[in-house]
Amino acid sequence: MATSPTPAAERENYLNTEYGIRSWLLTTDHKRIALLYLLLITFFFFIGGFFALLIRLELLTPAGDLVQADTYNKLFTMHGQVMVFFFLIPAIPAVLGNFLIPIMIGAKDLAFPRINLFSWYLLVIGGLLMMYTILTGGADTGWTFYPPFSTAFAKSQVVTAALAIFVAGFSSILTGLNFIVTIHRMRAPGMTWSRLPLFVWANYATSIIQVLGTPVLAITLMLVALDRLFAFGIFDPQRGGDPLLFQHLFWFYSHPAVYIMILPGMGVVSEVVSCFSRKRIFGYKFMALALIAIAVLGFLVWAHHMFVAGISLYAALVFSLLSYLVAVPSAIKVFNWTATMYKGSISYATPMLYAFGFIGLFTMGGLTGLFLAALGVDVHVTDTYFVIAHFHYIMVGGMVMAYIGGLHFWWPKISGRMYPEAWGKLAALIIFVGFNLTFFPQFVLGYLGMPRRYWQYSPEFQVLNVLSTAGATILAVGYVLPMVYFLWSMRYGKVADENPWGAAGLEWMTASPPPTFNFDETPVVTWEAYDYANLKEVPVEP
Amino acid sequence: MSHSPAVVTHDQVHNPALQHHFATMEQQQEASTMGMWVFLITEIMFFGGMFTAYMVYRYMYYQAFVAGSEKMDFWWGTINTVVLICSSLTMALAVRSSQIGQRKALVVLLIITMLFGCVFMGIKAIEYTGHWKEHQFPGTNFHFEGPDPQHVEIFFSLYWAMTGFHALHMLIGIIIVGVIAFYSWRGKYGPDYYNPVENVGLYWHFVDMVWIYLYPLLYLISHKHGG
Ligand SMILES: [Cu+2]
Repeated sequence: MATSPTPAAERENYLNTEYGIRSWLLTTDHKRIALLYLLLITFFFFIGGFFALLIRLELLTPAGDLVQADTYNKLFTMHGQVMVFFFLIPAIPAVLGNFLIPIMIGAKDLAFPRINLFSWYLLVIGGLLMMYTILTGGADTGWTFYPPFSTAFAKSQVVTAALAIFVAGFSSILTGLNFIVTIHRMRAPGMTWSRLPLFVWANYATSIIQVLGTPVLAITLMLVALDRLFAFGIFDPQRGGDPLLFQHLFWFYSHPAVYIMILPGMGVVSEVVSCFSRKRIFGYKFMALALIAIAVLGFLVWAHHMFVAGISLYAALVFSLLSYLVAVPSAIKVFNWTATMYKGSISYATPMLYAFGFIGLFTMGGLTGLFLAALGVDVHVTDTYFVIAHFHYIMVGGMVMAYIGGLHFWWPKISGRMYPEAWGKLAALIIFVGFNLTFFPQFVLGYLGMPRRYWQYSPEFQVLNVLSTAGATILAVGYVLPMVYFLWSMRYGKVADENPWGAAGLEWMTASPPPTFNFDETPVVTWEAYDYANLKEVPVEP
Repeated sequence: MSHSPAVVTHDQVHNPALQHHFATMEQQQEASTMGMWVFLITEIMFFGGMFTAYMVYRYMYYQAFVAGSEKMDFWWGTINTVVLICSSLTMALAVRSSQIGQRKALVVLLIITMLFGCVFMGIKAIEYTGHWKEHQFPGTNFHFEGPDPQHVEIFFSLYWAMTGFHALHMLIGIIIVGVIAFYSWRGKYGPDYYNPVENVGLYWHFVDMVWIYLYPLLYLISHKHGG
């Protein structure tokens, strides 16, 4: 540790063992596949972001002037589908999880390296179908595909969009399957379940949802496609089919899907908070159990998306209560992060700033979720901007913050270089400000009654909409910045040693970047997770 | 740093089938078996969506479902059930042959399993042709004499979707059994390494199990209650 770090280029590692496009496209190394995912989902992040920017531009003025109503429907549909299925769901598991899980548990690779590569290709194929959908006019059903509009009335590319998501779904399923088996069967000697980093626990919980939930979405979308292609009419009310059944099946996946997006983020935050507080995570066992509890409870609350859709009052009562229950493990997480920081020696490196952002914004997103789980309030704010603001606080304020924070935290490990810290802090600040300016006004707009999914609105909503659009512009700058300096740092960044943060965890005990098989010798673990008390004091860079 | 990773040394003789990232054959075998079970759980959820739709609509339109079920060919369905049960037996015997290293028996049993699968698909094709000709495919082609034709159509939509996805799984099953049969013929599997045969067997039994549920739900509604 004390010796000056060797530049990556002089030592054999996963990046320089082989060169050329073939060595990447046919790789089975989980670290290289993680980078393939990084490229792919970054591309889709900017596609989805482009649609978001067009939406915000249209909403700058009350009149529907920039685009036509039909175009607007397609914009928010493609924004949602691209962001959810091609960015948020793969983001942390497929990039950071793929890279880190085998290293964190002391394995050479995931259990099924070829299936791992296959999952990436599935996402590529799904992505191509999505691009085809977009370039041939897009779908206009909203990301939710509700029938009978999607099955009987929509005159857009519903089938290819459904197919794209179907294929991407199997990518997600196989990733989850790979993680579950890896975590069960590939742990190094001594790496017991109670010594697993919470990031691994978080991805384990996520994988359970991916494996149990995604197939239900897959078959549901297939039934929609069969209806459009061959008039199967399983959800067609004219034929006695039940559109509510579609909603039940759709949300059976799509509520837990929110936890596919947020649980891995909680994992990232646990690692970061513990490292930059120099303390063992408070209540480790509760933290791990809370992750599993959220995954399990998440399967029992789906109908809170349907309170005004015509389900029975008693069902609504039960689903409302169960939805409140999710708040318990979620609160445990927030309290324990706070307790971890209490009396810790906190340093404010960039990843920690993102962790702060996550904790605050996730709390707001979670608490407003309780408003929505309350039957009476929900009736008032259903399908308004309040809902939009709520889930963007979870998905963008929570998940994207954690993802970018995690990228910063593990960037030295991934690339072997440090990102520029000052720029990192600046970008984190810009993102935080831009995010809140974009989405906080939407809480107010929604509460005042502005409905979602309209391309024009009453003039009295304009001030708040202008604020939101201004925020979105700032947010866009904040997202472009890290991309620029990450790329810059790959060549010009300071060379990172194996453990620049002085962090606990096996990933920090191997070289940066790691060798192809992660460790020169399989490690034997004899210490607990987050053993900061016994780590030698390492000065953390500012 | 106070804890530095210790080292596991293992210089055992490597089985050629052992992949680089596993420490032992047992670990590799446990991992792949577990992977297959997890995959089958996803399959249960996949079919579960359709079974849920079936339950809801059967509850809502019971009489129409009985009427639709009466249009099923009882004997073809029953023969197919028997065919699949036999194929499960040959598959199970094939796994055993690989475990005790009987290469010839393994290849023959796998081929018989494939043939049973093909017979099933052939009979299914005959049934599908009949339903198509009888205007029992949903959509504009659909025609049903009798009360409540719309809800009978829902029965048929579910029939085609459920048996269609099942047949697709059968097709995939026949192909992978074929692949496994080819490698068995080349002598790849034996008492030291039979995991792929076992996993394909698990998949095959699963697909059979789905049919074991589809058969009574689709063919036998009216029989149980005497029409
Ligand atoms: Cu929900």
